Amino acid sequence: MTDLSYDIAHLLAGSTLLLSFALLYQRRLTAVIKVFAVQGLVLAAAAAWQAHVQAAPHLYLTAAIAFGLKTLAIPVALNRIVRRLGIHRTVETALGIAPTMLAGVALVALTIMLVLPIAQGSALLTRETIAIALAVVLLGLLMMITRRNAVTQVIGFMSLENGLILAAVGVQGMPLVVEMSVAFSVLVAFLIFGVFFFQIRERFDSLDLQYLEDARDRGP
Amino acid sequence: MSAIVQVLHLALLLALAPGLTGLVRWIKARALGRAGPAPWQPYRDLRRLMLKTPIVVETSGPLYTAVPYVQLAAIWLAAGLVPAFSLALPLAQAGDLIVLTGILALSRFLLMLASLDAGTAFAGIGASREMMIGALAEPAMLLVVFTVAVLVQTSSLPAIAAHFIAEPVGLRVSLGMALVALVMVAIAENGRIPIDNPATHLELTMVHEAMVLDYSGRHLAAIELAAMLKLVVWLALIQALFVPFGMAGADAGLAATAAALPVFAAKLVAGATALALFEVGIAKMRVFRYPEFLGGAVVLGMLATIYLYVSRGF
Repeated sequence: MTDLSYDIAHLLAGSTLLLSFALLYQRRLTAVIKVFAVQGLVLAAAAAWQAHVQAAPHLYLTAAIAFGLKTLAIPVALNRIVRRLGIHRTVETALGIAPTMLAGVALVALTIMLVLPIAQGSALLTRETIAIALAVVLLGLLMMITRRNAVTQVIGFMSLENGLILAAVGVQGMPLVVEMSVAFSVLVAFLIFGVFFFQIRERFDSLDLQYLEDARDRGP
Repeated sequence: MSAIVQVLHLALLLALAPGLTGLVRWIKARALGRAGPAPWQPYRDLRRLMLKTPIVVETSGPLYTAVPYVQLAAIWLAAGLVPAFSLALPLAQAGDLIVLTGILALSRFLLMLASLDAGTAFAGIGASREMMIGALAEPAMLLVVFTVAVLVQTSSLPAIAAHFIAEPVGLRVSLGMALVALVMVAIAENGRIPIDNPATHLELTMVHEAMVLDYSGRHLAAIELAAMLKLVVWLALIQALFVPFGMAGADAGLAATAAALPVFAAKLVAGATALALFEVGIAKMRVFRYPEFLGGAVVLGMLATIYLYVSRGF
């Protein structure tokens, strides 16, 4: 692999990480969904670039799935849910935005300390891609923890899955079956989340998951 | 030869500054569907201000009248350190990127002192906000400086530009993040939207205009010229760090230096267009969100430094 193609692969992976931080930074629900769609687009571009570089045509399929689901279908569906449920449009955080960003940087530093010793022997390409992909996964987790609204938590989950795909396309010889099953299980999860949204909303008049915990405390 | 280039560089940057600001305003007006004043309007404004009698606040000290000129001199000195079209800058031997950051901080500090000296509440609000922005923007700027300095192993600006021209390091993740962080710092430092609105005098959230509200006449002209020069310095800094291509080398002849001028002009116009279109497309931010915006720049700068150590070559 030449230096330039390596650099472009890295730039795309780095942009994905940047967009993960942008997800944490946004305060409006519609903006969060928009950033998520852009992240899906960058992910699709990264997968397509890997397909071109590795001469692995099945990765084009991964790119197409990422584009279709992450950039078009899921954002459109989320927007419709937000509109139909009439949810409060600002993001409610359990932790302030600035502490969350700092926690994010700490997580990135953690992934690097974690990945460098493990992947010392492997090719440089894999090493850096895995560091970035793991950071995206952890930032997705962080988003799920620090946001109180169910819709933003679901977006955190989806961006976590973006990190998994990023790691998968960076490593050579990932079987297509695995990627397909991951993609479709996420889609199924999304459908189930959708049903849950409506149920939670009907029961508590809000998507704030704080109410669920209160309900649990009261007991049956 | 290099001394001539240095003098030419200083004169040209100062002469171009009002034109560049005028160009940004003109493109903004056009993008908004207005005719807008001609790009050379700032030259006329400065001439008008020079001819007016300056009115000085009665309670102010000698600092108040001295600061406009000292501030202009500080930014002009900073302009002398940043290579624009030629790498032959004897002045740049005396100060590297960290000195440049310090000089810019110094000019900001002086203006804050002067606005506090005016003793009006509004100027004080402006100074306190400027302090908040400065305290957050400077660490981000230094982190970007460290990223580039570690990558190239020097913090001298002409040496960095020469290194990037001679052996391109490719598209680095770190450099991409550093670029975004530096652009965010530049927006904050120059008081552009979304941090500050340069087009109004009548807004409670304004920062720079609030600080200089009591100035008039030639003092105001010096402050405005300094602000315009600062924009040129920042555009020159961004192009010197990230797209130094087309600059004349340190030992280039007169013909090569002259050939580099249109390239620099094209870069300035491209930067002005990008800035104007960005400002048209975005709304001003609430003051309480500044720490988040600039915190984002600090985070990016930190990430750029961290990723330097996992990428190839280290």
